[in-house]
Amino acid sequence: MSNIRAAAGDGSEVPATACLPIATYGPQEKIDRLKSLMEAVKAEVHVVSKKDWPTAVKSVLRQRKLKTLLYAPETALGPELETAWQNDSEGLPELVVYEGEIESFKETLFQTDAAITTTVGAIAETGAVVLWPDSTEPRLMSLVPPVHIAVVESATIYNSFCEIIQTQSWPEKMPTNVILISGPSKTADIEMTLAFGVHGPKELIVFILK
Amino acid sequence: MQAKRQYPSKPDKVYFFGTCVIDLIYPDAGMAAIQLLEREGLEVIFPQDQSCCGQPAFNSGFPDEARKVAREQMRVFHRDYPIVVPSGSCAGMMRCHYPELFEGTELQAAAEKFGGRVFELTEFLTRVLQVKLEDFGAPMKVTWHSSCHALREMGVTEDSKSLLRQLKNVELVELQNEKECCGFGGTFSVKHPEISGSMARDKIDDIQATGAPVVISGDCACLLHITGAAEKLRRPLRGRHIAEFIWERTHD
Amino acid sequence: MIDQTAFNFKQNISKALGDRQLRANLKSAMDGLKAKRLNVFADDDELQQLRTLCNAIKKRALSRLPQLLEQLEEKCAQNGIQVHWAETTDAACRIVLDIMKQHGASRLLKGKSMVSEEMHLNQYLQKKGIEAIETDLGEFIIQLDGEPPSHIIVPAVHKNKDQIAKTFHEKIPGAPYTEVVEELNSIARKNLRQKFFEGQIGLSGVNFAVAETGTLCLVENEGNGRMCTTVPPVHIAVMGIEKVVERMEEIPPLLRLLTGSATGQLITTYVNMITSPRKPGEKDGPKEVHLVLLDNGRSKILADAELRQTLYCIRCGTCLNHCPVYTRLGGHAYGFVYPGPIGEILTPQIEGLDVAGELATASTLCNACEEVCPVMIPIPRLIRRMRTESYAKNSSGTVKGHGYKANFLESTAWTVWAKMNTIPWLNSLNSRMLGLLGGLLPKAGPLKAWMSVRSKPKFAAKSLHQRVKERGVNRE
Repeated sequence: MSNIRAAAGDGSEVPATACLPIATYGPQEKIDRLKSLMEAVKAEVHVVSKKDWPTAVKSVLRQRKLKTLLYAPETALGPELETAWQNDSEGLPELVVYEGEIESFKETLFQTDAAITTTVGAIAETGAVVLWPDSTEPRLMSLVPPVHIAVVESATIYNSFCEIIQTQSWPEKMPTNVILISGPSKTADIEMTLAFGVHGPKELIVFILK
Repeated sequence: MQAKRQYPSKPDKVYFFGTCVIDLIYPDAGMAAIQLLEREGLEVIFPQDQSCCGQPAFNSGFPDEARKVAREQMRVFHRDYPIVVPSGSCAGMMRCHYPELFEGTELQAAAEKFGGRVFELTEFLTRVLQVKLEDFGAPMKVTWHSSCHALREMGVTEDSKSLLRQLKNVELVELQNEKECCGFGGTFSVKHPEISGSMARDKIDDIQATGAPVVISGDCACLLHITGAAEKLRRPLRGRHIAEFIWERTHD
Repeated sequence: MIDQTAFNFKQNISKALGDRQLRANLKSAMDGLKAKRLNVFADDDELQQLRTLCNAIKKRALSRLPQLLEQLEEKCAQNGIQVHWAETTDAACRIVLDIMKQHGASRLLKGKSMVSEEMHLNQYLQKKGIEAIETDLGEFIIQLDGEPPSHIIVPAVHKNKDQIAKTFHEKIPGAPYTEVVEELNSIARKNLRQKFFEGQIGLSGVNFAVAETGTLCLVENEGNGRMCTTVPPVHIAVMGIEKVVERMEEIPPLLRLLTGSATGQLITTYVNMITSPRKPGEKDGPKEVHLVLLDNGRSKILADAELRQTLYCIRCGTCLNHCPVYTRLGGHAYGFVYPGPIGEILTPQIEGLDVAGELATASTLCNACEEVCPVMIPIPRLIRRMRTESYAKNSSGTVKGHGYKANFLESTAWTVWAKMNTIPWLNSLNSRMLGLLGGLLPKAGPLKAWMSVRSKPKFAAKSLHQRVKERGVNRE
C-alpha cells in the first residue's frame, strides 16, 4: 500500500466525472425497445395485461411440458401464482418452493425445470432485466434451472442503467447481489459461432406487465 | 488523431519538404508535386539544407537523434510559410510528433507552431488550393493505398481519393481492407521481415483483387515496400505516387 | 504454459506465420469481432464521447488510487468481504492456497480471469495437489489441451471446431466425436454441471470494483462466472489494483465500452454485481467472499505519469483484434499472458525489458490500436517508450531491465544517421554516392533483411535535391 501511495500523487488535479446525458424513451417506446433488444439475443418476450398475466404464464408453460416450477411464495407474484394454479393446474409444472438453504436444497434445485422470479426493473437502452435477489427469492433461482421466467412491471422500465442506479439510489443500499440479465446463457467460444444455453438457463422468458 | 483542422486561404509562397525516400528513390514524385503547386500560381521554396523528418530514429527508440534532426528541419523551415509534404507519414511526424518530441523543452511552443504549418500534399491541394483537375490521360483503372499515418494521424485519405475521383478517365476501385497496414513500419520492415512480408502479401492480394494494374499512394515508403515485395514474388504490380500520377495526366 | 525462460520471439513468429490453419482461424474470428464492434458503435460521436468520459474516469481513479483502494477495503470489510493484499503473484497464489487449505478443499472452480493467468495459479495449485478447473468454455477447451489462452477475451480463438471436436473426443471420457457446435457446448455443460454441483471453492476475476459501495462487477455470457461465485460456499475474487473505480455511476459507461469493444454487444448476458457474502436469512450465495488485490509491478507503472496510462486498460482485447501483427501471429507467439498491442507495453513493464522487451518491436506503429482503444491509451506512444528504454542506459531509464539492448553498433549507426541528416554537405554527398553506387551496396545487415522479402531498392541517379537545383527552384 505504501508503494501505491508513493506512486499515485494526490489526484486533486483531475476533475470528477459525471454520467453522460441519459437517452429518454416514451412509455411504449421503452417496452418496444426492451422487447426487440432482448429478442435479438434470443429471450422470449411477452407483453401482457397486468390483470391476467398468470394466464399468459400458464399458456407458455403448457407448451413446454415441464415437471417443476420454482417460485418464491413471499414475493408479490407468489399468491397470484398459487391462486392461478389452484383454479386449474392441468398440464402445468408443479409449483416448488426453495426450502431451506442451498446446502440442503441443492439436489432438488439442480433437478428443477424452471423458475419464475420478480425483477426490480429493466433497462430500455441496452435491453436487460434487473434482479435483486434476497432472502425470499434466492440468487440461484435465476441461474440453475434451464428455464428462467422473469416478470417486469412496465412502469419499472428505466431509460438507462445509469438512471436505475440514480433513481433507485443504489449506492446507498447495494444488496448482496444485483444481476442484470439480457438473455439466455450463451457463448461464441467455438469459431465465434453463437450458441445458447451453456451454463446458465437455456431459455429466458420475460413477461412485461402493462 | 486531429481535431477538425482550420485551413488558411491560398498563400503566395509555400515550403516544400521532399522527404528522404523521395529524395533518394522517387525524385520524379517530388518534382511532380512541386509542379502541381507551381501550376496553381504558388512560389515553391525548397530549402536545400532539408533532410529527413526524423521519424526513423523516433520510432526505433532513438529520440535524441530524432530530436537533432527535427531541430534542424525547424531551423531550415523557419519562415512563416505553409510546409507541404508529399507523404502522410512524414507530415504526421512533423505535425503530430514534433510537439511530443520537444515536450517539456524550450522548443515545445515552436514545435507546436511548426506542426501547425505542416500540410500533407493532397490535403493542401484540396483544402487550401481547391484544385480543379482536367484529365488528359487514357481510361484506366487504379486502386488506392493509404499509409496508416495519412489515415490515422493526418486524416487526409478522403482528400487524396477526391483528387483521383476528379480524373474523369480514371476508375478508382477501393481495397477491401484499405485501413489495414501494408507492413512497412519503418525499421520494422527489417527487424521483422517475415511479419512485414506476410502483411505485404495480403496487401498485394487485396490490390490485385481489384483488377487494377496500378496502386496509387501518397506515401513512397509504402510503395517501395509493396512493389518491392510484389517484384520479389514475381507478381506484376506498379506503384505510383499520387503527385506523379496526377501530374502526368493533367499537364499538356 | 509456455516456458518463459526460453522465450524466443523470432522462433515463435516463424512458427506462427507458417501455420496456415492458425491464420485462417484468426482471420475469420477477428474480422467478425471487428464488424460486430463497428455495428454496436454505429454512432461515432457517441462513441467518442464515451471514450473521452471513460478515459477521464480511469485517469481520475488512478490519480486517487490509494484513497480508492482504502475506501474499497473499508467498504468490503463492512460488507463482510475479506480483503487480502498481494505484492507479487507468488504472494497472491499463496493467499488462494491458504484459503483452500483452511477449508480442506481440493478443487477450485474457476471463472475466466486474466489475473489468475498472470499468477499462473493453475500450475501453482497443481504442484500443491489441488485441481483447478476452468469453466469458461474457451478456457475449458484450452485447459484440456494444456495451452494458455491466445486471446484475452476469446481464449480458444486459435482453434477451429474440428480441432476442438478432436480434443473433446480424446480428452473427455465418454464424449462422442462431433463437430456440431451445439453438441460440443452441451458436452461441456454436462461435464461442468456436475462439478458446479459438487463445487467446493469458486474463483473469479473482477472487471470493475466500486470503491463507494465495495461492489465487485463481473460480466459474462455463459453463466459459469455466476456459478463459480454463487454455488460454492467460498468465493475468491482476484483483481489487479487498477480495476477500482470511484462511484457506481461510472460503471454504466465503462461497461458499455467494455462489452461493445470486446464482443460488439450492447450488454453481456449477465452483469453480476457482488457486494457481500450470504447474509443471515439468505438461502444461497457463498458464506465467505475473499478479494485478493494484486500489485505485481502495477504501483511502479503508476509512478510514471506517461506509463500510468497502461493501467487504464479494461482488458477488452479490441487492440488485439485490430492489430495487423496479432491477427497474423495469434497470442501464443507473444510468449506471455497478455498478447497484442497491450501486451507489448504491459508485459515488458511487469516482466522487465530484458525479459520481454522484444515484444515492443512487433509493431508497425500503424495506430490502429490507439484508434479503437476504449479508454484512449496512447499505445503507439508507449511502444516507442519501451523501445527507447530498451536502449536507455542507467539514469535515463525507469522501466525494469532498461538498456538491455544498448549496443555500440546500433547507437553508432543512429549517431551517423543524425550527422548525415543535420550536416547538409554530408547529406548531399551521401545521396550522390547512393545515386552512383547504390546498386553496388552489399547484401548485408538491414539491406539483407529488406531483400529477404523484397527486391533491392533502386536509388535514383539524381536526387530530388539535385533535380530541384537544376530546375532553378528557389532553394533559399
